[in-house]
Amino acid sequence: MASIIEIQNLNKTYDSGFQALKHIDLDIHQGEIFALLGPNGAGKTTLISIICGIVNPTSGMVRADGYDILSEYRQARSKIGLVPQELSTDAFETVWATVNFSRGLFGKAPNPEHIEKVLRDLSLWEKRDSKIMMLSGGMKRRVMIAKALSHEPKILFLDEPTAGVDVELRREMWQMVRGLREQGVTIILTTHYIEEAEEMADRIGVINKGELMLVEGKTSLMQKLGKKELRLALREPLDAVPADLNDHSLALSEDGYELVYSFDSQQEHTGISELLRKLGEQGIDYKDLRTRESSLEDIFVNLVHSNDDTVAG
Amino acid sequence: MNYYSIRAIYLFEMARTWRTVLQSVATPVISTSLYFVVFGSAIGSRMVEIDGVSYGAFIIPGLIMLTLLMQSISNASFGIYMPKFSGTIYEVLSAPISYAEIVIGYVGAAATKSIILGVIILITARFFVDYHIDHPIWMFSFLVLTSITFSFLGFVIGIWADGFEKLQIVPMMIVTPLVFLGGTFYSIDMLPPFWQGVTLLNPVVYLVSGFRWSFYGLSDVHIAVSVAMTFGFLAVFLTLVWWIFKTGYKLKS
Ligand SMILES: Nc1ncnc2c1ncn2[C@@H]1O[C@H](COP(=O)(O)OP(=O)(O)OP(=O)(O)O)[C@@H](O)[C@H]1O
Ligand SMILES: [Mg+2]
Repeated sequence: MASIIEIQNLNKTYDSGFQALKHIDLDIHQGEIFALLGPNGAGKTTLISIICGIVNPTSGMVRADGYDILSEYRQARSKIGLVPQELSTDAFETVWATVNFSRGLFGKAPNPEHIEKVLRDLSLWEKRDSKIMMLSGGMKRRVMIAKALSHEPKILFLDEPTAGVDVELRREMWQMVRGLREQGVTIILTTHYIEEAEEMADRIGVINKGELMLVEGKTSLMQKLGKKELRLALREPLDAVPADLNDHSLALSEDGYELVYSFDSQQEHTGISELLRKLGEQGIDYKDLRTRESSLEDIFVNLVHSNDDTVAG
Repeated sequence: MNYYSIRAIYLFEMARTWRTVLQSVATPVISTSLYFVVFGSAIGSRMVEIDGVSYGAFIIPGLIMLTLLMQSISNASFGIYMPKFSGTIYEVLSAPISYAEIVIGYVGAAATKSIILGVIILITARFFVDYHIDHPIWMFSFLVLTSITFSFLGFVIGIWADGFEKLQIVPMMIVTPLVFLGGTFYSIDMLPPFWQGVTLLNPVVYLVSGFRWSFYGLSDVHIAVSVAMTFGFLAVFLTLVWWIFKTGYKLKS
């Protein structure tokens, strides 16, 4: 598949001496939705800021739509729209003025029809004459999206688009992002929510402490992430996992009071009901049960601690 | 040249001016007019003429120069400081626009506003004081050049400042005293020789002197020196702007 963004051996060391990005190699495919996952301080915003021209790279090469972001910054940047993580907007401008300003700033001739369409798509049309400071936080975030879309970019960066956004609006945004993808826009988003990545992304990259730990298609990654645990708090402690339950992947806690069953939530048959039935037959009584999904946190821990081969590309 | 980008910044900045027209236009016009009332109409009639020019008329070039310097610096510094402060600078930095174009947009708008103010004050002065302009083209050229030059300085200050008080320091603590002591209210040869020498170290003297020459043909220093000094300022501030962008000083990490 054709790459719309190519990143080769990108490094960033801030003036403070802190190295925020280490040898990043990454290709973003034309037309995909790419989710960048990582804990706080992982370097997601730094990576995006470099591609968009807000932060200077220390070394390495980045091309957007075939143009070098430094030597051909005009061509490269005119293809890119950015919705930054921080909500920073003008206060006294109207929605209409600020979105048209963005289009002009990106060197495009005025096109009121396009701006109208963008505002309508984002349910901002009614608010076009409102001053930005009169809008709610969720609306402001949509204004920032409208600004980023005002110049018809081929590549859209969304840095934590759904932070502090309510469930309904989040669904709307996902819908909008999908719509953009259908129009051929490549979308790169960062998020802390695995659910969001699962819902949206075609491919997922995991970044931690400035290193890209893995890049993988969503489906294969979700199989890894899809592990779930069922924990049963027993009334009476067991000495060992009962013999005829051995074909289930069961583990017993040290004190013998907790039985842990790992299963794959993506599977049709998780084997839970069968397990519970067998426990009943054996007379093993339990007072509580809960399930736990392996979280992004677990994945990070696994990635950091195991000498996992980093899969890139 | 990226015409639409420059236009966007320029119009955005001008819109800010019109939105705050009371503060950005009315205030400087009124405060300068007070000088004309007090020194032109009231006290001025009791003051002796300076080189054949009434006192009220004598101070007009200096007072306009004061407004031009103050307004150019504060407009341009505020214009670039605000997006830095609010975080909206991200958009300008990520736009397909060269540094030169950014500067043309911001500095152009700030200078335009100063020029408009200068002209308004000139017209207002007419209501209080009788004056004439010997060299209108020179006068207007000085007006434009000074506005542009000090808008560059304002731009530099706006980038340098990391708080609102720093925006105020240069206009209030440096420019105002220099203008007041730079021959706005008196001719330099009214001073004792020693203080004449000291005054010539004040760069604003050359600006006021040149500007006054364009009105009345009177000057403390030769007009060529004034022109050279104005371009000298321009060169210095341009170099600073160039250096800021070359190094990304306080704009990009
Ligand atoms: N201007 C700067 N100077 C020095 N260090 C910085 C600067 N900006 C960011 N950093 C550091 O670089 C690291 C990566 O920051 P970055 O903002 O890219 O993280 P992130 O993955 O976006 O985190 P979050 O999920 O919290 O948004 C952090 O440790 C941060 O403290
Ligand atoms: Mg971030």
